[in-house]
Amino acid sequence: MAVMAWFKKERKPRTAPRERLEIPADAWEKCESCGHVDIREKFQKALNVCPECNTHKRFSAEEYVELLTDEGSWRELYADLKSGDPLHFEHYADRLIAAQKKTGASDAIYTGIAKLDARPLHLGVMNFRFMGGSMGSVVGEKIARLARRSADKRIPMVIVCTSGGARMQEGALSLMQMAKTSSAISLMKQAAVPYISILTDPTTGGVSASFAMQGDVILAEPGAVIGFAGQRVIKQTIGQDLPEGFQTAEFLLEKGQIDDVVPRASLRETTSRLLQHMRGAKIKTTAPEAAA
Amino acid sequence: MAIAYALDFEKPLAELERQIEELRRIGDERGIDVNGEIGTLEDKLAIRRGEIYRSLTPMQRVQVARHPRRPYTLDYLSSIFTDFIELHGDRLFRDDPAIVGGWARLNRQSVMVIGHQKGRDTKENIKRNFGMAHPEGYRKALRLMQAATRFHAPIITLIDTPGAYPGLGAEERGQSEALARNILEMSALATPIVSVVIGEGGSGGALALGVADRVLMFENSVYSVISPEGCATILWKDATQRERAADALKLTADDLIRLGLVDEIIPEPLGGAHFDPDAAGEFLRAALIKTVNELNKVRPEKLVRRRHDKYAAMGSYADA
Ligand SMILES: [Zn+2]
Repeated sequence: MAVMAWFKKERKPRTAPRERLEIPADAWEKCESCGHVDIREKFQKALNVCPECNTHKRFSAEEYVELLTDEGSWRELYADLKSGDPLHFEHYADRLIAAQKKTGASDAIYTGIAKLDARPLHLGVMNFRFMGGSMGSVVGEKIARLARRSADKRIPMVIVCTSGGARMQEGALSLMQMAKTSSAISLMKQAAVPYISILTDPTTGGVSASFAMQGDVILAEPGAVIGFAGQRVIKQTIGQDLPEGFQTAEFLLEKGQIDDVVPRASLRETTSRLLQHMRGAKIKTTAPEAAA
Repeated sequence: MAIAYALDFEKPLAELERQIEELRRIGDERGIDVNGEIGTLEDKLAIRRGEIYRSLTPMQRVQVARHPRRPYTLDYLSSIFTDFIELHGDRLFRDDPAIVGGWARLNRQSVMVIGHQKGRDTKENIKRNFGMAHPEGYRKALRLMQAATRFHAPIITLIDTPGAYPGLGAEERGQSEALARNILEMSALATPIVSVVIGEGGSGGALALGVADRVLMFENSVYSVISPEGCATILWKDATQRERAADALKLTADDLIRLGLVDEIIPEPLGGAHFDPDAAGEFLRAALIKTVNELNKVRPEKLVRRRHDKYAAMGSYADA
């Protein structure tokens, strides 16, 4: 069994503790966008979305797994894959170890099989805390294996993306992971097995220019920065400031580049409904809702 | 004809070349025979050129790959292909001159040739955007590749770009999507695909023309996930450390062979492809004919299956 320790740890219910008279200073959290201050529990209950201004703050990879799967259904796949240091790139080996210590993860993505509303699902969730979610050989291999498994077993795939791009320290090997993941996803397309990609902040570079943009449906969280080139590079190239809201999820929606912007609180339901459409399955009929 | 030795490590060559010119001028002016002395200097120049070009550092190769006189896609199209008819436009937005393509013949066989195109001078570089394509360039390329597949013709792509263009319009029109689509579609096109890195293989913008049954690299071409300058800026906040970055990135043809990411190195004349473009063209032509002939013998479905398997095997990891 490959149930991860973090998974059990994350199983705490999301209910606020009883109000105490004294709230310790570290129990407060401030929204960096609007300055709103609230009890941390309140941010957490709102899936780390500011209750005041709707800013979607970072959500951990573990939390996305929890959000998008039925309780207790997640089984991690390919957890043992570990990155090599094929170029002997300076400090890469140390940085890998440091990232593994910091995150408790082996690399920048979790892949696994789970259930969503009682139906099987292959889920990949990238982890920005692991070297900026960069794609090296391990990320590429895990996604490629998951996609091939999806095509073989006819299980839909969802990938939650967040990445600064390819992992420079693996040189052209990291570049080729774009081709490797894409080639595996093309097998899913051929087999007509649905793939939904969910873009979270930020999704750029080699990841946005490969599997992130290959979903049958592409969803993005509000405010997420998504694009090929980094904003610093674009600014330098064109020699002028970027327009307000450039490369945000809303900008991409307006420009026709993604299917929809979906708030975190609706991600699970939207994903589930989309998969039911694409599976061709009937939505369970429910009793008419009582008038509120 | 004097060759402009433009690169910093070519200074000894430029100096010898200057001495030869000087001698020749004096000989002409005074009507004396200096052929013996010139011959000696020319021998010396050839030897020195050989020494320098046989031991290029990675960053020096980057410089050769970017050489302003290096042959570009259109040069090869006129030198080693025949019956070329350029086709334009993505049918959606505009024609992107940073990528050129069309039908041509290689040794009498119809092929679709697509490549990045840099400009020779400022004016042409503005038009060609220094070989940095917008989404519409990649979409034109895909349109042509699909046409080639429909008519059972092999696809030959020539890669030579600093990267896909990082600009406002490019982002608005979906640079990521265009690259992602080409990479995905190329992995499954049921026709032979041969890609050749003829100069700079700059990251995703190169790969979006580079998913192929066989990937070849010219001896002095480079292929990298990021430019040495970009890498140095990110790692050490200092673009002048590009030598160190070029070493670390393992971006030469030898490196890529060793990493199992490309299949074959095409030799260049001593002094680089720009020193003798005709010779470089002959090497390219021979390699293409051999490779296309081999791929022509394989059934398309088998080609696609092998291509998927080839990319599936690329990576370096431990499976504990
Ligand atoms: Zn707020």
